[in-house]
Amino acid sequence: MPANQSSNPPRRYALQSLFGPGQDGMVSHAPHAAHLGIRVVETGPGFGVCALPFREELIGDPRRRVIFGGAITTLIDHASGLAVACAVEELTAIATIDLRVDYLRAAQPDVELYARSDCYRLTRNVAFVRAMAYERTADDPFASALGTFMLGANRSDSPFERLVRAKKGDGE
Amino acid sequence: MNRIVDAIPYARFLGVEVERNDGTLECVLPFRHEIVGNPALPAVHGGVLGAFLELTALLHLLDDSSSERVPKPITFSVDYLRAAEPDVELYARSDCYRLTRNVAFVRAVAYERTADDPFASALGTFMLGANRSDSSFERLIRAKKGGGE
Repeated sequence: MPANQSSNPPRRYALQSLFGPGQDGMVSHAPHAAHLGIRVVETGPGFGVCALPFREELIGDPRRRVIFGGAITTLIDHASGLAVACAVEELTAIATIDLRVDYLRAAQPDVELYARSDCYRLTRNVAFVRAMAYERTADDPFASALGTFMLGANRSDSPFERLVRAKKGDGE
Repeated sequence: MNRIVDAIPYARFLGVEVERNDGTLECVLPFRHEIVGNPALPAVHGGVLGAFLELTALLHLLDDSSSERVPKPITFSVDYLRAAEPDVELYARSDCYRLTRNVAFVRAVAYERTADDPFASALGTFMLGANRSDSSFERLIRAKKGGGE
């Protein structure tokens, strides 16, 4: 998938120890993500993959049992935030500026859904991502997305940032 | 209209309700801890706001059109203008600025107090003609629309 390769991959990324698979820092600190059961599947330099388990409450069309588009938006937004977190060298607050989702086809019901997001460009203040959502492979997506994220929007000394700092102190 | 909301599991999941103000359909998203994305601010999860706007656009189309076909989203694009205030009810309204035989072009805004001061704004397209079947979901919508209000 060369199109998804990051054009300027970071030499290292600050949050690997916190956000890698099996580490739920990116989820447990976002109550809505925890509520949906989103989990981190994979992270690497400038990309992240998240999974969303199928749940009856997320259905938008009860007859076809198709998940509501907005739930896919949430999955993609979350995977994209993760990708940005894996693209920056130092921790910074990340806020979505805009996100455009194209619904290529209906998502299959009753299966876990995945989103992979790649941060393909990083400037001092803005991160640009593209993302695909799929059931099995990123080659056969049911949704694709483009987004931009503001870096350093929140300079406050938040508990989340203190946690990340503490974790960084432990790790590496 | 709230009966249609009841027929959509995801709408119930978010707890969205529908009101009518000055003849315009307005959706309400109650604040709950479960919709927060960043507890430090705290800010509602961007995905929830996008979903709320998309749901508002869908309900507006269902409410407005005489057709019983359920619109299907093609593209939905959300601009996050600023962080939404925490601990308050959020509102959204939508308008369809162009309607062709097969496609509806919609705008939507979300705000805490007035639509003049939105924290998020969206543009979307919905396919109207894609589903020509007489599905049971559509019969349900038709029944709810006919029976309700």
